[in-house]
Amino acid sequence: MPSKKDLLDLQFIDARHKLIEVAAFLDRIDRHPGEPDYRIEALKKTLPILLEERPDRAKAVLEALSDHSTELAETAPFQGAFGAPLAKS
Amino acid sequence: MKYIEPHGHMVSRTTDDYEKLALSGCEALCEPAFWAGYDRSSADGFYDYFRQLTEYEPRRAAKYGIKHFCWLCINPKEADDPGFAREVMSLIPQFIDKPTVLGIGEIGLNKNTKSELQIFEEHVQIALDYDVPILIHTPHLEDKLKGTKLIVDSLANFSKIDRSKVIIDHVEEHTISHVLDQGYWAGMTLYPESKCSPNRAIDMLEIYGSERLWLNSACDWGHSDPLSVPKCALEMKRRKHSAEDIEKILFENPKKFLSQSPRFVL
Repeated sequence: MPSKKDLLDLQFIDARHKLIEVAAFLDRIDRHPGEPDYRIEALKKTLPILLEERPDRAKAVLEALSDHSTELAETAPFQGAFGAPLAKS
Repeated sequence: MKYIEPHGHMVSRTTDDYEKLALSGCEALCEPAFWAGYDRSSADGFYDYFRQLTEYEPRRAAKYGIKHFCWLCINPKEADDPGFAREVMSLIPQFIDKPTVLGIGEIGLNKNTKSELQIFEEHVQIALDYDVPILIHTPHLEDKLKGTKLIVDSLANFSKIDRSKVIIDHVEEHTISHVLDQGYWAGMTLYPESKCSPNRAIDMLEIYGSERLWLNSACDWGHSDPLSVPKCALEMKRRKHSAEDIEKILFENPKKFLSQSPRFVL
């Protein structure tokens, strides 16, 4: 099993790159005109999870971005998905 | 390194991709029936698609030394119209005994609707009637957790189902335990943006172990990479996984599950 240092040597630059991409994405959204969007709000709500001391941050982020309703839909309103639930669940 | 690609939509890929797969060590590829990126206008479109899956693709793959197998169904994206879905399902008996058909799949849910669930359950019954394995698609993104729970709950109502013959695909960190804890196999799909990255899939292998798990590319007409499975193997090597562990997840595990169909012969 690789050590923390082994993993940092392998993956730190990639993680740094992805973090800066998220930061730049938020800056970009702020800079451009338009209405507030549920996807940005959902994304921002997941950010504190990254700082929590827990072993399952990825799972927690995915759960935060999931539809937690339990009832079946009558019909499909559309075929795709957008990455964050439309209604507060 | 030899491996099995247990989930790829090759009707959407070029012949060059078959060559790349062969050069990467792919010995066999399994193609579930799925959405074409657009809704077919009639059941005749599915008749032609099932012929493509059972007749044409095996020949195209064989030119590169790859064995091609397939699964049959109407996919959940087109299953929200139950009348249309049943018309397509009525075609399955004409194809189910073809020599490269492994089972029913990829059935499942898309937007978690009543009709999708009804058609999913009718597909499960077909699989039980023919005693064939089942490959299940779980929904995308925000719909995945709810859909996975609905699927697992629904399967629990089938008392005669052999859970070792069912694989629930596209699991991520928030759904994998829902699947494995109930005794089903789980598939991890390696996609460039959605589903799993190689490193996240390897994390789950390290946390949950490699029993009842496989990796796949689910390459199709969208943003996907037919070589994502061998690329994940490279990442496993970089993370000091042994050659034996890599062979288990890339070759032995899919072989073990797929061999539950007597037609899966390498």
